Amino acid sequence: MSIMQYNGSAVVAMVGKNCVAIAADKRLGQRALTVDMDFQKVFPVTDRTYVGLPGLATDVKTLSDRFRMRVNLYRHREERVIEPETFANMVSQIMYERRFGPYFVEPVVAGLDKKNKPFICGMDLLGCLNYANDFVVSGTASDNLFGMCESLWEPDLEPEELFETISQCLLNAVDRDAVSGWGAVVHIITPDGVITRDLKCRMD
Amino acid sequence: MNQIVHQLTADTAGELGLGSELEFELAGVERPLAFGQQFTDVKSDKDAMIKVAHGTTTLAFKFREGVLVATDSRATRGNIIASQTVKKVIEINDRLLGTMAGGAADCAFWGRVLGMECRLYELRNRKRISVAAASKILANVVYRYKGSGLSMGMMVAGWDERGPGLYYVDSDARRLENDLFSVGSGSTFAYGVLDAHYRYDMSVDEAKDLARKAIYHATHRDAYSGGIVRMYWIHKDGWVAYPLEDVGELYYKFHPEVPLTNAADSPLTLASA
Repeated sequence: MSIMQYNGSAVVAMVGKNCVAIAADKRLGQRALTVDMDFQKVFPVTDRTYVGLPGLATDVKTLSDRFRMRVNLYRHREERVIEPETFANMVSQIMYERRFGPYFVEPVVAGLDKKNKPFICGMDLLGCLNYANDFVVSGTASDNLFGMCESLWEPDLEPEELFETISQCLLNAVDRDAVSGWGAVVHIITPDGVITRDLKCRMD
Repeated sequence: MNQIVHQLTADTAGELGLGSELEFELAGVERPLAFGQQFTDVKSDKDAMIKVAHGTTTLAFKFREGVLVATDSRATRGNIIASQTVKKVIEINDRLLGTMAGGAADCAFWGRVLGMECRLYELRNRKRISVAAASKILANVVYRYKGSGLSMGMMVAGWDERGPGLYYVDSDARRLENDLFSVGSGSTFAYGVLDAHYRYDMSVDEAKDLARKAIYHATHRDAYSGGIVRMYWIHKDGWVAYPLEDVGELYYKFHPEVPLTNAADSPLTLASA
């Protein structure tokens, strides 16, 4: 079993009409054993940029702290809030810094830029950026998420429609993955603010 | 080793007539039984052609009113959940039940063979087979294939002249009798619940509650167990199956206090609020 599957995770981000959504499951396991059912995998970077970190839990914690430090340094040096695309490049750089001993995490960035244009991107564990204008998926349930997103996603979804779409994609994907699920959280980022909801999930 | 196995196979099969119509073609190599094993993934940690489904929770226990048998219903291939509605109880006849853990095909096939042998026993001896004898037939049959990669952990439960019977038989041909067993990847969790609350003088309702609780806790903590709880009660006149209970609903029945965000009552007005 690969180290990427050791803790189990599922993260998905989607673009809507003037909004983006990012969602993740809440399980922390050690292979088959479920240890925690309230483990945070999505972290706010700014008021309108979020990052999802599926993969090895120890690296999730290390990376979320490092990102927070680098974003704070950026804000002090530049005297402005970081844009999602800039943050994605920063994440990529931090990941590639460990080219020969990587963090076992495949991050997903989602946010609105200063013109309220949606931005999402995924990357591999070495930091290779993967831009998308529909959806990105990551984690142990990524195959399942691809199938769900390919069939449910459509362009120009309003925030509430986007919430329904991303929730159905995530719930049905983790219900076919043994090592992710056990609760889920969804963030919908709109120009008016972010709305966060917990999803009712199968707990087996 | 294989010569010894071959000798035993030839001798015992002739004497007892167990599965005498069954003939599996073996590989034309020096050690045919070991040949099959190298392609079979028994420990689920290496790549092999024949993958075996390991995730399961099954349990059975004797109590005052008979035997209670319960299983989960999940089948996994790697991390993918292949099915949530597997039937892991084999209804051998109207008084005998088997449970399956390990290789699904192995358990289903040899459970069916056991059913055939039990029926032949009835026809030959004009009386029902005991649970002890039935479980021993299974153990003897799988012993012939010991070392060739069979993977099964079965419980045989029933009611005979001696009262309730419960045996554990696995693919190493180990056969044990006890009042309480749990088998599969979730068995450790089930044992935790069973050992804490098991009493011999339970009523049927108490036994059902205990079995449901044990399976539920196993499915909750074990990634490779889940789906629905399937329960059977064996009494002196045979077995009865109970309605299936979805684990997805059981969690919220056992935890009514879990707070949930109600999407309908939560408008998109964070900024203006």
